[in-house]
Amino acid sequence: MNIPFPDLRPVTPEIIMTLSATALLILELIFKNKGVLAFIGILAAAAVMYIMPASMGETFGGMFISDSYSIFFKFIFIINLILTILISLRYIQRQKAEYGEYYSLLLFATAGMMLMASAKDLIILYLGLELMALSTYILAGIKRHDVKSNEAAIKYFLLGGFSSALLLYGISLLYGMTTTTDIYKIAEHLKATGVTTTLLLSMILIAVAFLFKIAAAPFHMWAPDVYEGAPTSITAFMSVGPKAAGFAVIGRVFYTAFQNIQTDWTTILIGIAILTMAVGNILAIVQTNIKRMLAYSSIAHAGYILLGIIAGTTEGLNAMMTYLFIYAFMNIGAFAIVIILDRGEELSDYEGLAKNRPLVAALMLVFMFSLTGIPPTAGFIAKFNLFTAVIKAGYTWLVIIAVMFSAISAYYYLRVVMNMYMKEMKQEAAIHLSPSLSLAILITVLMVLIIGIMPSMVIG
Amino acid sequence: MQIGYPILSTVIFLPIIGALLIFLLKRASEALIKWTALFVSLVTFILSIPLFSSFDKTTAKMQFAETYEWVPSWGIKYALGIDGISVLFVLLSTLLTVLCVTISWKTIKEKTKEFYAALLLIEGSMIGVFCSLDLFLFYIFWEAMLIPMFLLIGVWGGPNRVYAAIKFFLYTLVGSVLMLVGIIVLYINTGKSFDILQMMSTNYPYNLQLILFWAFFAAFAVKVPMWPVHTWLPDAHTEAPTAGSVILAGILIKMGAYGFLRFSMPLFPEAAKAMAPAMMILSVIAIIYGGVICLGQTDLKRLIAYSSVSHMGFVTLGIFALNIQGIQGGILQMINHGIVTGALFLCVGIIYDRTHTRQIADYGGTATVMPVYAAFFMVFTLASIGLPVTNGFIGEFLIILGGFTASKTLGVLSATGVIIGAAYMLWLYQRVFFMETNPKIQGHPDMDIREILTLVPLIVLVLWIGIYPNTFLSFMDASVQNLINRVNTAGAFQIHMVGR
Repeated sequence: MNIPFPDLRPVTPEIIMTLSATALLILELIFKNKGVLAFIGILAAAAVMYIMPASMGETFGGMFISDSYSIFFKFIFIINLILTILISLRYIQRQKAEYGEYYSLLLFATAGMMLMASAKDLIILYLGLELMALSTYILAGIKRHDVKSNEAAIKYFLLGGFSSALLLYGISLLYGMTTTTDIYKIAEHLKATGVTTTLLLSMILIAVAFLFKIAAAPFHMWAPDVYEGAPTSITAFMSVGPKAAGFAVIGRVFYTAFQNIQTDWTTILIGIAILTMAVGNILAIVQTNIKRMLAYSSIAHAGYILLGIIAGTTEGLNAMMTYLFIYAFMNIGAFAIVIILDRGEELSDYEGLAKNRPLVAALMLVFMFSLTGIPPTAGFIAKFNLFTAVIKAGYTWLVIIAVMFSAISAYYYLRVVMNMYMKEMKQEAAIHLSPSLSLAILITVLMVLIIGIMPSMVIG
Repeated sequence: MQIGYPILSTVIFLPIIGALLIFLLKRASEALIKWTALFVSLVTFILSIPLFSSFDKTTAKMQFAETYEWVPSWGIKYALGIDGISVLFVLLSTLLTVLCVTISWKTIKEKTKEFYAALLLIEGSMIGVFCSLDLFLFYIFWEAMLIPMFLLIGVWGGPNRVYAAIKFFLYTLVGSVLMLVGIIVLYINTGKSFDILQMMSTNYPYNLQLILFWAFFAAFAVKVPMWPVHTWLPDAHTEAPTAGSVILAGILIKMGAYGFLRFSMPLFPEAAKAMAPAMMILSVIAIIYGGVICLGQTDLKRLIAYSSVSHMGFVTLGIFALNIQGIQGGILQMINHGIVTGALFLCVGIIYDRTHTRQIADYGGTATVMPVYAAFFMVFTLASIGLPVTNGFIGEFLIILGGFTASKTLGVLSATGVIIGAAYMLWLYQRVFFMETNPKIQGHPDMDIREILTLVPLIVLVLWIGIYPNTFLSFMDASVQNLINRVNTAGAFQIHMVGR
C-alpha cells in the first residue's frame, strides 16, 4: 500500500509548537538563566501566530483540519500562552518553582489544545486532550515542596484520568456503532441509523468528559482545589486555555457528530448551564480566598458560555468564541494582579489597597467590573453579544436566568472592590513589579477597555 | 440655532476628560485638584447655557443632534439629541455638579483626587443618559454611572456606607439587567437597530409591548424609586456624602422617571395606557407611605431621603395621568425636586460639617445661633411643602390637576400627601431651628460666603419657577403635546432629527 506523504502545511503551527517545546527541554540544560527559555517560548508563540492564518486546509487523510473555527481558537490559546509566560517570569522565581520544564510544559499543553481545536477525528481529539491534560497535571504540581500544590496535581490527575476513561468509553461505543472515528462520517452514519440508547449513552459519556474540562457543574469539584493549590500563573493558564479547548471540541463534536440528536443534548446542556451558573455564582459569594473565588467565577462563566452552544446557531458559536477571547484578557488580567501582590491570595489582603497602591487597585477594579459585565468594559460586550445570539435563538427565558445570576455575581466581584476602596488598610501591601508582568497587565487592561469602547474590533 | 461646536458631546466628554486629567494629577496637590474640578464643572455649565438660550421651543424635534456610526455591524450609532423633555435635565446636571464641587471643598479630606474624578465621571455619564438617542449608547451611560456612584457612596459616605453602596448597586443592577434583556428583544424586533427615533415610529404588537413595558419598568421603577422597590434609597441617600446625596436626589433618581417619558410611553404607548392606572396607584401609595414614614424619622438626612419617595410619587402620578398638565407638572416637579431636595441635602451637609450629628434630637434653637442658615433652610422647606410663590406649588398643583382629571379618587388621595408633607417638614423645622437651644449647637459659626454662594443660585431658581414658571414650561409644550398624541393615537407619530 502506497501512502502519500501528508501535506504538512495545515499542521505547521502545531509542528513548530511541539518542536519548540522539545527544544526547550534540551536548552534548559544549557542555559542557567531561565528567562532565555521564556523568551524563546514567546518567540515560538509569535512565530506560530504569524504563520497561522496561512495554514488553512485538511491533512493526514482528513483527520486534521485547519479552518477559521480552529484558527480562532488557536489565537486564544497563543494569547493565553504568551500572557502566561509574561506573568510567570518573575513569579516562579519567587515561588521557587523555576524549573526549565515549566515553559516546555506550557508549550506542550498549548500544542495539545491546538490539536483539540483542529481534530476532525476522535483519535486526534483524544491525543490532543491527553497532551494538554498531562502537561497541566504536572504544571499544577510544579511547586514540588508545597503540599497544596501536590494535592492540586493529584486531585486534578485522578479526576482527569477518570474523565478521560469516560471519554474513551464513549468513543469506543461510537466506533462500535459507526465503525469510524471521523467526526463527519459519524454524523452521516448516525443520520442513517437514527437515535438509539447506545448513541445517547455515548453522547452522555463524551459530554461528561468535555464538561469536566470546562469545569461545568456537577463536574466542577476539582476546580476550586486545583485553582487554589496550583501556582497562580498556572491557575490563570488553566482557567482560560483548557476551558477554551473544551468549548472548541464541544462545538465541533456536538454540532457535527451529534447533529441528529441536537434536541437531546440541548436539553441536557440547558440543565447543566443553569446548574453551573447557580453553583459558580452562589458558591463564589462565600469564598475568602481570591483564587477559589475566581475558580467559582470561572465555573459561572462556563455556564454563560454554554448558552452559546445551546443556541444552536452560527451566531451562538461566534458569540461563544468572542466571549472566550474577551474572557482570556479579563481573567488573566485579574490573576496578574493577584501575582503582582506579595500577599494577594486572601480577600482580606486587598483591604485598603486603594490607599496604599492606587494604580494596582484601579486596575483590579477594571477587571472586576469587566468580569461582572458592566459597561464600558469588554465583559459587557461579551455578555451582550452572547445574550443577543441566545435570545435570537429563542431562549429568552434562559437569558433572564443568566442576567439574574450575573447580577448576583456583582456581589462577589464588588467585594474585592469594597475591600480595596472601602476598608481600612491593615498593613502596607508590597508589590513585585517586573517589566514582563507590567507588559502583561498593560496588554490585558488595554484590551478590556478598548474592546469595551470600540467593540467593532472583535465582532463582525 | 447654529452653535459652532458639537455642544452635547462637549458637555458629556468634557467632565470625563476632566476626570482623567485629575486622575493624572499628583495626590499631594490638593488645591490644584479642587480648582481643576471647579474649573471643568464651571466650563461645562457655561458651555451648556446655549442649550437654554438657543433652544427652539416651537418644535418637538430632536435638537443639537449628532450622529456618527459606532458599531456598524450591530447597527449601533453614536446618536445624541435633546428635546423639551430632556433639555432641562442636562442644565440641572451641569448646575448641580458645580454646586457639588463647591460644597465638598472643605469636607472631603481623604482621597480628594478620586472623589472629584468620580464626581465628574458621574456628571458626564448622567448627561449622556439624557442625550442618548441610541438605546445601546443609553444603556452604556446608564450602567457606567453605577461604578463611580458606587464608589462615591462607599468610600466617602457615612458609618454604614458599605452596606448602602452595595445595596444601591445590586438593586439598580437587577433592574438594569432585566431592561437589558428587554433592549435586546426590542433590538431584534426593530430589525437590528437601536435607533430610538425609529422605535418611536414603530408600532409593536400589543403583547410584546406589554412584556417590554415591564422589562423597562424593572429598571426605571428601581431608579425612581417607586414603592415597593424604594428601600435602597433611604440607605444610599443617608449614607452618601453631601455631594453624593445631591447627585442622587437631584438627578440620578430623575433618570427613572425620564426613562418612562423617553422609552416606556412613546415606545410602548398602548401598554403604557393600559398600565397607567396601576402605575398611578403605586404612585399614590408612594406619596402617602413616604410621607407617613417621614413623620417617624429621627435622622435629619433620612427624613429628607424618605421625602424623596413621596415627591417622586407625585412625579410618576403626573406622568401616568397621561394628560398635558400631569406630564408637564411631572417634569417640572422633577426639576423642582432636584433643586429643593438638592438644596436641603446641601443644607444638611452644611450643618453636619459643624456638628457631626444627623440626629434631630441633637438640634434645637439653631435659628438663634445661625440665623442666615435658618433663613435659607426656611425657603427650601416652604418650597418642599409647595407654598405658593415657590416652585413646589406650581409642580404639585399641575400634577394634582392632571391626576384629578385622570381619576378623582387618586387626585384627592394625592392631595392628602401635600398635607402630610407640610406636617413633617414644618415639624422638622420646628425641632431643629426653634425650641430650646441645644448645647451641641452652641458656638458654631453661621454660613460662610462659599456656602451662601452655593445656595443662592438654587434660591433664585425656587422663586423664578414659583413666580414665572412659563420660562421652563414653555420648553416642554411641543414635546409633551407630541408625546400625548403618540400615546393616544399610536401610529400617527414621527420625530425627525434636526442637525445642529
